[in-house]
Amino acid sequence: MAYLLQQLINGLTLGSIYGLIAIGYTMVYGIIGMINFAHGEIYMIGAFVAVIAFTAFSNLPLVVAIMLVLLFSMVITAAYGWTVERVAYRPLRGSFRLAPLISAIGMSIFLQNYVQLLQGARNKPVPPMIQGGFTVMQEGTFTVQLSYLQIMIVVTTLVLMAGFTHFINTTSLGRQQRACEQDKTMAALLGVNVDRTVSLTFVLGAGLAAVAGVMVTLYYGVVDFYLGFLAGLKAFTAAVLGGIGSLPGAMLGGILIGLIEALWAGYFSSEWKDVAAFSILVLVLIFRPQGLLGRPEVEKV
Amino acid sequence: MKRALLTVEHLTMRFGGLTAVDDVSFTAWDGEITAIIGPNGAGKTTVFNCLTGFYQPTVGRLLLERADGERFLLERLEAYRIGRDAKVARTFQNIRLFPRMTVLENLLVAQHTSLMRASWYSVAGLFGLANYRHAEDAAIEKARHYMELANLVEVADWQAGNLPYGAQRRLEIIRAMCSDPVLLCLDEPAAGLNPRESAELNDLLLLLRAEKGVGILLIEHDMSVVMRISDHIVVLDYGKKISDGTAEQVQNDPRVIAAYLGEEEVA
Repeated sequence: MAYLLQQLINGLTLGSIYGLIAIGYTMVYGIIGMINFAHGEIYMIGAFVAVIAFTAFSNLPLVVAIMLVLLFSMVITAAYGWTVERVAYRPLRGSFRLAPLISAIGMSIFLQNYVQLLQGARNKPVPPMIQGGFTVMQEGTFTVQLSYLQIMIVVTTLVLMAGFTHFINTTSLGRQQRACEQDKTMAALLGVNVDRTVSLTFVLGAGLAAVAGVMVTLYYGVVDFYLGFLAGLKAFTAAVLGGIGSLPGAMLGGILIGLIEALWAGYFSSEWKDVAAFSILVLVLIFRPQGLLGRPEVEKV
Repeated sequence: MKRALLTVEHLTMRFGGLTAVDDVSFTAWDGEITAIIGPNGAGKTTVFNCLTGFYQPTVGRLLLERADGERFLLERLEAYRIGRDAKVARTFQNIRLFPRMTVLENLLVAQHTSLMRASWYSVAGLFGLANYRHAEDAAIEKARHYMELANLVEVADWQAGNLPYGAQRRLEIIRAMCSDPVLLCLDEPAAGLNPRESAELNDLLLLLRAEKGVGILLIEHDMSVVMRISDHIVVLDYGKKISDGTAEQVQNDPRVIAAYLGEEEVA
């Protein structure tokens, strides 16, 4: 019982991070119908900016430092997201369907190498900053720990997801985003600037990925240039599981993938946890390609 | 006094060897309903596509003159400026609503330019600041007014895709109206409507003409709509204009009868 609870806590923390990244995949797919395979690298850049910023702000009080790091990382990572769309995808809009996908894979490799060359191939550590936590329950010799950091990650994620849902559902800009997602030509005829809306989608997705990057830096205390590859693929799996194109689906899928991974690692084998996550991807694609909350693809005639 | 709203002069559109529209000239008057009719393939939709910037005409001048005296040459404007600056709105043969947004949201998207300006690109909207609230209230009020005209108030919170067909057509028309057009181009608004829905559409169009004074350009096959509400009819056949006048004049024009009934050699 205690062991299960501990795995659930760990899984929820991990799932929050996946969920934040998955939103970027699902929104970009929703609006331009492509998988942005460079999104994992955007998240990795968010983590690297966090490491650099934590070093720079290490003299400040902890709360101020974390706020500044979040802000700093979101702004810079969003700028990367904007640039990637502008340079690698927009010129290919209206080209054949595979072109932006290939460009995305190229962008992903480019960004990995770019960070490796600029920051070096070795792991970058940050000192642990938020320590301590609660003992939730004790069973024999096993204690269930809920750290302050885990609480912070889950709470930040929930607040961001709620705020983001509110933004998409009620503001004029969010409405515009949904309109472009449903019919770009018609939105343009009504005077909506479609290109700017697509840019905005990339900026928002990158901003959320940056938060995930900051959180993961705090959680594991170490980053490397290869970090985005696996996390990106898992967040993509989460988006597919929840139903690609669906915002609540991405959040749900992220949390489920986190839980599945933690439970698998806890009860079977931690070496096989990635296999578990990607088996889910295969199973979903075979048996429920529209995902849990997605709409079935309707062929337009 | 009648004022020319849209003057089409020598409009020609060629696709390779095919001349879809051949030297067509006509005038649409302000505050009137002008219908463009003709057999299938006569080039009606091509005229619309030239007007709204989808096609660049091969030859011709498309002059829009607003009541405030501002003039626009539509063939020289980019597509999004035709809607935003020249204030020409259009609907399509196949319905193009945002199906997974509510009726009200569909109407608000059409007013987004003014909303965006008021909300400083949503920064103010996110925090619910007063000026944004004010602009949003005004937008909702306008949407409500049009929903009343089109008899859609009760379904304001429905997803647009779930509305009955006739209601979707009316919604598409009032969504175009929400962008405050001076010229409203409707491509077969009565297609697929049953007689009752067709009558409701007639009422809505007559109401818009009377209350808003908007000029309406209409492509339609349903003659019960065309003959009842048009002030002025332009007939195309094989890309050429063959007749132009009131419903009565057009109905009695031998060339129109020939085009529709396939009479042998008129001359």
